[in-house]
Amino acid sequence: MILLFEQFLNGLQIGLLLFLLAAGLTLVFGIMDLVNLAHGSLYMMGAYFAAVFTEWTGSFVLGALLALPAGALLGIAVEVITLRTLYTRDHLDQVLATFGLILFFNELARVMFGAGGMIITMPSWLNGQIEVLPGLPYPSYRFLIIVVGLLCAVFLYILVQRTRLGMLIRAGASNREMVGALGIDIKLLFTLVFGLGSALAALAGLMAGPVTTVQIGMGDNILILALVVIVIGGIGSLPGAFIAAIAIGIIDTMGRAFLPNILGAFLTPSDAGTLSAALSSMLIYILMASVLVLRPAGLFPAPGR
Amino acid sequence: MSEPVLKVANLVKRFGGLTATDNLSLDLREGEIHAVIGPNGAGKTTMIGQLIGELRPDAGSIHFMGRDITSMPVHQRSALGIARSFQITSIFPNFTALDNVAFAVQAHDGHSFRFWADARKDQTLRLPAMAALQQVGLGHRADITASVLSHGEHRQLEIAMALATKPKLLLLDEPMAGMGPEDSARMVTMLQKLKGSVTILLIEHDMDAVFALADRITVLVYGHSIATGLPDDIRRNEQVRQAYLGDEAEAV
Amino acid sequence: MSQASVSATSEITTALPRNFTTLVGVILMALLGLVPVFAVIFDDPFLLTLFTRIVIMAIAAVSLNLILGYGGLVSFGHAAYIGIGGYTIGILAFHGVHAAWIQWPLAIIISGIVATLIGLLSLRTKGIFFIMITLALAQLVYYLGNGAFAYGGDDGLNILKRSDFGGLIDLNHRPSFYYLCWALLAATIYFCHRVVNSRFGMVLQGAKSNDRRMATIGFPVHRYRLTAFVIAGMICGLAGVLTATFSNFISPAMMHWSRSGDLIVMVVLGGMGSLFGPLFGTVAFLLLEEILSSWTEFWKIVFGPILVLVVIFARGGIDGAILRGHTGKLMAGLGLFYIVYGIHLVYDRDWLVPAFIFAAPIGLLWLVLWWEKRRRGEAVTVGGGHE
Repeated sequence: MILLFEQFLNGLQIGLLLFLLAAGLTLVFGIMDLVNLAHGSLYMMGAYFAAVFTEWTGSFVLGALLALPAGALLGIAVEVITLRTLYTRDHLDQVLATFGLILFFNELARVMFGAGGMIITMPSWLNGQIEVLPGLPYPSYRFLIIVVGLLCAVFLYILVQRTRLGMLIRAGASNREMVGALGIDIKLLFTLVFGLGSALAALAGLMAGPVTTVQIGMGDNILILALVVIVIGGIGSLPGAFIAAIAIGIIDTMGRAFLPNILGAFLTPSDAGTLSAALSSMLIYILMASVLVLRPAGLFPAPGR
Repeated sequence: MSEPVLKVANLVKRFGGLTATDNLSLDLREGEIHAVIGPNGAGKTTMIGQLIGELRPDAGSIHFMGRDITSMPVHQRSALGIARSFQITSIFPNFTALDNVAFAVQAHDGHSFRFWADARKDQTLRLPAMAALQQVGLGHRADITASVLSHGEHRQLEIAMALATKPKLLLLDEPMAGMGPEDSARMVTMLQKLKGSVTILLIEHDMDAVFALADRITVLVYGHSIATGLPDDIRRNEQVRQAYLGDEAEAV
Repeated sequence: MSQASVSATSEITTALPRNFTTLVGVILMALLGLVPVFAVIFDDPFLLTLFTRIVIMAIAAVSLNLILGYGGLVSFGHAAYIGIGGYTIGILAFHGVHAAWIQWPLAIIISGIVATLIGLLSLRTKGIFFIMITLALAQLVYYLGNGAFAYGGDDGLNILKRSDFGGLIDLNHRPSFYYLCWALLAATIYFCHRVVNSRFGMVLQGAKSNDRRMATIGFPVHRYRLTAFVIAGMICGLAGVLTATFSNFISPAMMHWSRSGDLIVMVVLGGMGSLFGPLFGTVAFLLLEEILSSWTEFWKIVFGPILVLVVIFARGGIDGAILRGHTGKLMAGLGLFYIVYGIHLVYDRDWLVPAFIFAAPIGLLWLVLWWEKRRRGEAVTVGGGHE
């Protein structure tokens, strides 16, 4: 039972990271109708920025605080320089151009930060464990990720539901022409939303950094997962992305945690490990395929799409 | 008199509280151009939808050449020989005019799981397609990419695509919509030439065209037919004047 | 009047060069046929290795073009069939079945079955959802390979013995294998040429242009798309067989999603919906990769932006550039490229690297200027047409 709960927390943590990444992706997709594969690169660059700034300042917190605006600025630069011209293009062009950006950023990271990857050292106060429930110690850093992730989700909810910017975002997701007709500077709105998405991606990246290692291509696979999240959740829908992200995080973690035991009854431990990792990844894609077959526009399609 | 090509009896279609087609009956005789007119919202498009099979009527029957087609799906009706042109231009922009029509011929020439022979050299497709193009007066534009044709030519191409399937009944949904006077006049001439070779149900707002072309006219108001008759009778019909033609009647 | 003249000229400009790109394609095929000879003359066995890879990938790209270029179906999971073709023969070889007459047809059939399943699920969706679901299903296949612990899992599996054609052809003889791949590429291109222009192909292309209309004039579009999807999958499965045979190795990496991305890039770079476009694209892509990576380890830092620029500025790819009459410049660029590459091969000098890096932006500038000029040219024509 304790183990189950711990794994649930792990799943929640991965799910929230996915949500941070997917939130920006789904906003950009919903409002600008842009498929941005390079979103995973912003995640990776966020992690690298944090690693570098942490080394410079000697403090993870300072490094993270510097990495956030750096990630947002990088995102804005990417939007202004390349993606802006792609809004009116078809999805194929967008996929291709942003695929090119992935190649560029992976290589850029190799040139700038070396091929070996980087490690973000955590301050000691995050290295310990805290007792989440009586009898259940949990790594404080992972717990911090959960807290920050939930705070971000609340922040996004308030931003989108309660503020003027949020109103425009919602309006933009369902009817772009209308927002233009209201006399809003669409270009600025797009750039702001993109910057926000990039900052969230960077946040996800820098938080994942200490858990995994910061390495080339770390954004590629999680990007695909984030795409799965927004497709399952319904393109343009933040609540959909939230639910889908948590679901995927938990499915993936539970699969990895418990399948080896089940399979271990029939297979050698290493074989069981290989197979269960693959199976839990496959579960996610099976989930997505079945959602799309049953509800071709995702679980919570944004109104007007 | 021979049996009607299309016999619509007591057709009813409701959308929620609105009765879009209200106990409508209509006969189309072989070879005639039968115009259906009526103010906006009279239910003309709903009627076409039921005739073509995109909408299922709530009551009543539709017989085509003596066969009950009331609940037959679109492609089967199309195979029987009912063709339509669209109110909104819907062509294949990056293909030539001839290719466009050839698509329509091909659709009615059995299945298309033929992987080897060059379809553009297939005379069983090209000849009927060319004939249809010539019928609508587009023969000289056969090799032009459809996207560069004018609006009027697009409408003609639409009709050629409908004609190419050698239909027995042609449903024309506002073929003159958005046309200038010059193009409209050309379309009227073209439809006059078609008269007799195919039965046509014409829905059109352009009264000059309707009275120039139609053998008979049915006036639709709120989904219900208030009068059917020869153009002169319709012009003189007091009920029609009141309900629909109004001031325009003097002009006609 | 003026309308007629505009239409007529636009007809002429698209009718003539269409044949011209075919001519360029045939010449390229002929040159590819001479590669083993060049390899002997220059005593450079690597040339044969490189071009074998190119020819095999071109088969996969041509198959993708059938659904992407002619059918408008952006499949982001095409590399899955490379994996399935490869794994089929790899697994058979692992169990001691080496007869090509069993291995190869089985690989193609299994690719076809998987393509049918993927197609049945994915073709229900449209647009971005189609892109995503093909990607997801290909990931499924990818992780299947990862989980196949009996066959190496994510480490992959060596193929110890190549397929046996019973003395008909020796796949271990490198030139023979090259010519087999070359002949299969030629056959694939010819096959696609016939299919695309057949009645079936017309339905496929018509559905790309206006699928709603296609359905209302009486075509059950779905069936035709599914058939094309399956044909493309089977051909790509064959490319997978060749890939695995060539490298004597299979691993999930050959069906990673970025490989599917590469395939799309090859098709778009060469020109979608053009017979030889994917061939141009594959040659350009893999040569560029080879040369850039031989000069600098960080070749993708150049290639990524090139890709972005090609998407933004040079729509229609290489084939489009030939069509628009930029053949001279394209040939000049290609010639320059070959000269530099030739010098590089002969002398192997380091100064060529900076030379290329300086030349690349200039070439890109050139590309931008073409585009600007073309756009202005178009605006003038359109304005004239309306008067």
